[in-house]
Amino acid sequence: MDVLAFLVEPLQYGFLTRALAVTVAAAVVAAVLSCWLILMGWSLMGDAVSHAVLPGVALAYIIGIPFSIGAFVFGAGAVALIGIVRSTTKLKADTVIGVVFTALFAAGLAIVSATPSQIDLMHILFGNVLGVSSGDVWQVLILGAVTLAILLFKRRDLTLLAFDRTHAHVIGLNTRFLSALLLGLLALTVVVGLQAVGIILVVAMLITPGATAFLLSRSFDRMLVIAVVLTVAASVTGIYASYYLDISTGAAVVLSQAIVFAVVYLVGRPDGVLWQARRRRPGSPVGGRRRSPDAVAAAVAPRRGADDAATSGA
Amino acid sequence: MSSMPTDHVPPGDDPEDGAPILDVRGVSVTYDDVQALDDVSVSLRAGSICGLIGVNGSGKSTLFKALMGLVAPQQGTVELFGRTTAAARRAGLVAYMPQAEEVDWTFPVSVSDVVGMGVYGRLGAARRLRPADRAAVGEALERVGLTDLGRRQIGRLSGGQRKRVFIARSIAQDARLLLLDEPFAGVDQASERTMTALLRDLREEGRSVLVSTHDLAGVPEFCDEAVLLHRRVLAHGHPAAVLTQGNLARAFGAAPSDDDPRPLHPAATGES
Ligand SMILES: Nc1ncnc2c1ncn2[C@@H]1O[C@H](COP(=O)(O)OP(=O)(O)OP(=O)(O)O)[C@@H](O)[C@H]1O
Ligand SMILES: [Mg+2]
Repeated sequence: MDVLAFLVEPLQYGFLTRALAVTVAAAVVAAVLSCWLILMGWSLMGDAVSHAVLPGVALAYIIGIPFSIGAFVFGAGAVALIGIVRSTTKLKADTVIGVVFTALFAAGLAIVSATPSQIDLMHILFGNVLGVSSGDVWQVLILGAVTLAILLFKRRDLTLLAFDRTHAHVIGLNTRFLSALLLGLLALTVVVGLQAVGIILVVAMLITPGATAFLLSRSFDRMLVIAVVLTVAASVTGIYASYYLDISTGAAVVLSQAIVFAVVYLVGRPDGVLWQARRRRPGSPVGGRRRSPDAVAAAVAPRRGADDAATSGA
Repeated sequence: MSSMPTDHVPPGDDPEDGAPILDVRGVSVTYDDVQALDDVSVSLRAGSICGLIGVNGSGKSTLFKALMGLVAPQQGTVELFGRTTAAARRAGLVAYMPQAEEVDWTFPVSVSDVVGMGVYGRLGAARRLRPADRAAVGEALERVGLTDLGRRQIGRLSGGQRKRVFIARSIAQDARLLLLDEPFAGVDQASERTMTALLRDLREEGRSVLVSTHDLAGVPEFCDEAVLLHRRVLAHGHPAAVLTQGNLARAFGAAPSDDDPRPLHPAATGES
């Protein structure tokens, strides 16, 4: 079978093109958000919000409203609850997050188990992207576009918030509002992504692309671009792998992202783990080049503080 | 740095017509059961550099937080430029230089990105820099001697250069009051001299600087006035008048508090 046929064949099926659209759209939004999420140190918050939407999804099915409304209400509610408990106790953030999201997740399981006939738990947990209707596709595309537009419009404020919250406050920005905005957009992104890969694996979409791009970037705009490009590649690869190898779509997409991360981690940058291991071997061809050109330039530059030694190795 | 600024008179063209730059009145701040500031009153006029001196735990950082509106005093008031701290912040009058350990040096931003953040307060909602703002960033970089390093990721700088990035940011912001919490910690003598020269240039433009420091020897030369803090203000005035043997003994010698163990039992805790 030639390459073109290989690529085109799955697209003859409407369900697969819909799956592709939903997955790529969700992955792009999640990848963009993940860049801020990992820099804020909020990866665990992504985990929490995605689990906490379960009761919302279940109740939405029972009442018969769009699942995204239920999911958003509970996602945002979890964020608010975490914020309230955190600010009124001395507990550390990860502790509060752990208590709140497991409680909500358990509540969701309880609701689902009490109404077994109406809800397919596996679909909520692990996604059912091959079963999405065109209505679902539009829902994902519109919510995704809105989320993406707000993220990109406010990207400089959000980057400042992640980098130096005190400065943001001192120049008169409303840091509480910006935090709440980012968390609200996180809840929206979870809503968008759970359609594609389910609420368990959406966490991966919220963390892995940003983590991969971070390893490759020295500027934030570049990080955004790299995260998006890699996540699109991984999503498309995942969908095709799922078609040809007959494996779960959500799993295939997340595994593709993890493989991209692993490749970048091992060889994707000058200080990649494999290169470092090679350099440590005496007599290896790259043995002499221990430092990046920048670091060498820094070391030979005249009249510099002693702290150079500490920074140039980084 | 030829002679001591024995009688530095603030410039007469004070834009706030004599109103103090900074007016702290009877401020008390308590964290849970620790009283960090007790009835502190300080005021500062335009165009001066004021050194804030005190042992670890004496409340220096807390005073900065109160000035930035990051802690709410239980008692007393804080005014900057005759306005509330919030109004002064919104007007872009205040800049804060973070301590090195507060900064995420792995963050993917360049030197000029960071300096550009200084002008955000006067930009539209999307914070797009206009040509004039880019020029201000370029000028600020030039003043601190980092023009060639504008595209560097901030972690790839020496300790002294890192500090200058944040000074450049407050220059780009055009702040009137600079708050610097221990800017000389971990900086070598040459870098410290570069920074103090820069700060004195900024002072000549009528800006004011409040700087906490442990470098007592540098204070008389660098600062126009000094505040000796130990939960309360022990002394405030000309550096020579503040840094007397008696005052220093009171501030550093016999620390009366149990939450500030350093001078009495140096190995007691790792707190700082
Ligand atoms: N967030 C906080 N919660 C509880 N207590 C605090 C907090 N921050 C400071 N303190 C306490 O308040 C007192 C003043 O602390 P502060 O950080 O203002 O001192 P400092 O003069 O800046 O000290 P250093 O020279 O070590 O930086 C100390 O006793 C400290 O333990
Ligand atoms: Mg301090």
